[in-house]
Amino acid sequence: MANRREFIKISLYGAGILAAGAGTYKVIKALSKEEEEEIKKLAIDLKRTPTYCEVCFWKCAGWVYKNPDGSIWKIIGNEDDQNCNGRLCPRGTGGIGMYYDGDRLKTPLIRTEARGKQVFREASWDEALTYISEKMQKIAKEHGPECIALFTHGSGGKYFGDLLKAFGSTNIAAPSYAQCRGPREVGFMATFGEGLESPEPTDIRDTKCLVLIGSHIGENMHNGQVQEMSDAIDKGAVIITVDPRFSTAAGKSKYWLPIKPATDMALLLSWIHIIISEELYDKNYVEKHTYGFDQLKEAVKSYTPEWAYGITTIKPDIIRKTAKEMADASPAVIVHPGRHVTWYGDDTQRSRAIAILNALLGSWGRRGGFFRPETFEMPTYPHPDFPEPVRTWRDAFPGKYVLADLALANGICDATIPVTTRDCSFKGWIVNGTNLIETLPNQKQTIEAIQNLDLLAVVDTMPMEITGWADVILPECTYLERYDSIRTGPARTPQIALRMPAVEPSNNSKPAYWIARQLALKLGLEKYFPHENLEDLLDWQLKETGSSLEEMKRIGVKTFPRSADDLYFSDDEEVEFYTNTGKIELYSTSFLNEGFDPVPTYTAHPEPPEGFYRLIYGRAPMHTFSRTSNNPYLFDLMDENLLWVNPKVAKQWYLKNGQEVFLENQDGVRSQFPIKVRITERIRWDSVYMVHGFGHADKKLSRTYGRGASDAKLITNVMLDPIMGGTGMRGNFVTFILDKAETEVAS
Amino acid sequence: MRYAMAVDTKKCVGCSDCVVACQTENNVPIGYCRDWVVEVTDGTYPQLEMEIRSERCNHCANAPCVRCCPTGASHIVEGGIVLVTPTECIGCGACIASCPYDARYPHPKGYVDKCTFCEHRIKNGMSPSCVEVCPTKCLYFGDLDDPNSNVSNVLRLRKYKTLIPEAGTDPQLFFLI
Repeated sequence: MANRREFIKISLYGAGILAAGAGTYKVIKALSKEEEEEIKKLAIDLKRTPTYCEVCFWKCAGWVYKNPDGSIWKIIGNEDDQNCNGRLCPRGTGGIGMYYDGDRLKTPLIRTEARGKQVFREASWDEALTYISEKMQKIAKEHGPECIALFTHGSGGKYFGDLLKAFGSTNIAAPSYAQCRGPREVGFMATFGEGLESPEPTDIRDTKCLVLIGSHIGENMHNGQVQEMSDAIDKGAVIITVDPRFSTAAGKSKYWLPIKPATDMALLLSWIHIIISEELYDKNYVEKHTYGFDQLKEAVKSYTPEWAYGITTIKPDIIRKTAKEMADASPAVIVHPGRHVTWYGDDTQRSRAIAILNALLGSWGRRGGFFRPETFEMPTYPHPDFPEPVRTWRDAFPGKYVLADLALANGICDATIPVTTRDCSFKGWIVNGTNLIETLPNQKQTIEAIQNLDLLAVVDTMPMEITGWADVILPECTYLERYDSIRTGPARTPQIALRMPAVEPSNNSKPAYWIARQLALKLGLEKYFPHENLEDLLDWQLKETGSSLEEMKRIGVKTFPRSADDLYFSDDEEVEFYTNTGKIELYSTSFLNEGFDPVPTYTAHPEPPEGFYRLIYGRAPMHTFSRTSNNPYLFDLMDENLLWVNPKVAKQWYLKNGQEVFLENQDGVRSQFPIKVRITERIRWDSVYMVHGFGHADKKLSRTYGRGASDAKLITNVMLDPIMGGTGMRGNFVTFILDKAETEVAS
Repeated sequence: MRYAMAVDTKKCVGCSDCVVACQTENNVPIGYCRDWVVEVTDGTYPQLEMEIRSERCNHCANAPCVRCCPTGASHIVEGGIVLVTPTECIGCGACIASCPYDARYPHPKGYVDKCTFCEHRIKNGMSPSCVEVCPTKCLYFGDLDDPNSNVSNVLRLRKYKTLIPEAGTDPQLFFLI
């Protein structure tokens, strides 16, 4: 790269000469054809601006290239970036569709009729921001500033979070916690004293055995992990996939375990049983680093593969064989923690079982297992202390979810609906970059909560179901049109990445930083936002690190040396884990203290009644949740979700491929739109599957409106995780409604 | 010089990044594509096998599309790349009908369009955009006449197949199996 950059510098002079006119004609003449070609190529290079992607949470760094007319041509990954290694995923490549989408929110809107209808009028920014700030002040006066909550997913969260903290509320929730990865964070925290965060420190590229429990890498396009799984395949790693669906990863696996849904815990406990009883565990590691081995051994002694067979339908010899494969690869083995793990309500304990298995195999802190990540810490610009909040969301749940380390989005939603037993409810929501209607389970309850609000302000780039319920809608510009905080994040080597605008904000949209700061000014909180422009803050921060905004504009990504620790534990290293005992806790003292099982146990979960099928949902590589389905490029790749149905089930119901059906769940809730049937052997007969994020009900999404079905709408049974409050969503069962006329009348 | 591509079906996850990267690189209008992904599943639950392939023009050595083109718009250039000259194409569609791989589409501007192996990039020493973007690195591109090229190496080491060999078109797109 260094050579290439040097060449760009030289060619800059070349370009200058070209522009200088006839006097330097001879110099131009002297250029060879090759050099001229290079200058042409570099003229393109000079038009590129650095960014990091916002289409998903992986935040890959890339370059935005423009056409000569100034429009965006393409986005290409930054080769220096560890998250993507120069290769963006389809969503990152198609990120330009976010910018070009004609359905984008264009100007601030204020509601003119009661919630339930989408009747808005256009407003100026000043008017919209004044409206919000006055409502916020009114709520603060009548109920306290902590009665305003922020829901966020994405880069804007930092600024709106600071605004809220300055205002006096710490109720900042992201559905990525209690609706997604929260249970595994708590499960791993209880075991290793630290969570996994994002990107996860899985050393997949060097693993010899990768075990996926319902995790569908390749369909979830977590870029770095997909790349490393491919590297692992090249190197001949054994992949073991546990999934009732023949996922893409299952298709690449040596062992596919087509497990009966909701029984994963039995398989995990049985694996633990075998690894202990057949002494397949890493004895030195377990002896040196762990606490509670004997209690664990005692607790799992009855979980034989024969016992698990009756529950999981996985044959005992396969359970033994796969346990042996893991042990053979140990410590270069990863029992992957997954990401979206809110399934059955005992998810923290299932994540614990996964963590215990990794501990027994000695993979934590070992090559080919889990590496020790390092995050570059950006300096914080000094600002006054945030006020101490009078109450937090936790006060709504006395004695519960103590082990949750982040706010629960569902908890705040629940605590917005007034009940006589609680003296205060949430009165205001600010929502940025998360479509809560599709994100939280139980839509009816979310809407009931919204109807109890005095203020719902939504900041987004696109109209979404949630904007339809808002009192005020603020159009945020896309990531391609703005600066944002420097990207840091755990990695093998600390790195930072810059996002800067490639183009000016479209229409009347504004960057999230500007929006948050203008609100701060109106609320008299300007001392928390001393920088008028985010780039001034970035330049200050970067100079503190020895770089500068100027340098980052040129390189996009900067790598720093690791500060101390090695990537893996060394053989003689005394490791202090951040648990009560200072060891990896196979027997969890923190769970014991809170009254939970210190070793996971098996709980049977409800099964679908006759004529119903378990609703399983997942990801497609070209979409992120419900936020990309209207993106013109990504819509072109996948324009609706299909309902996967096993041929046996299809035969029973006389279903044909491509036939449209409505779905109804165990609580009588029907899908709003029909979904087309895909008859495939890739799904078990007791389940149906669909990709999450379709069935949009907002007509303003002109492409995706009414296409496919929304799984979220059908998720009305929530199995709450007693440990951290996660919302288990895989306990919903659906049946087919074939009489269209009847359904249309009903809906 | 003989350009060819190998697609590793063991690594491809079908994400379709190749499709959208081609669309943006080559300004392929939305709703059309020069490359696409095919998934084939065989067997009965739970004895299943799946193959995922990123497909495109096979740049056949014996190309029926070139032979049937009435104007000479479809032609073969150095390295065996099959191209269409838009200004010479009358959009008759004979080539579309003749292609066993369904690799060509009628561009809304009135000519027939298809994969060019990103000829504008490879002549500058770069890879085709689909190869460069693929997160799984399952696409190999290079010169078959060069025994040390990526594609020659991988074809020497791995089992592979071509699609519809019975059509006798001598395709230059190989699938590692």
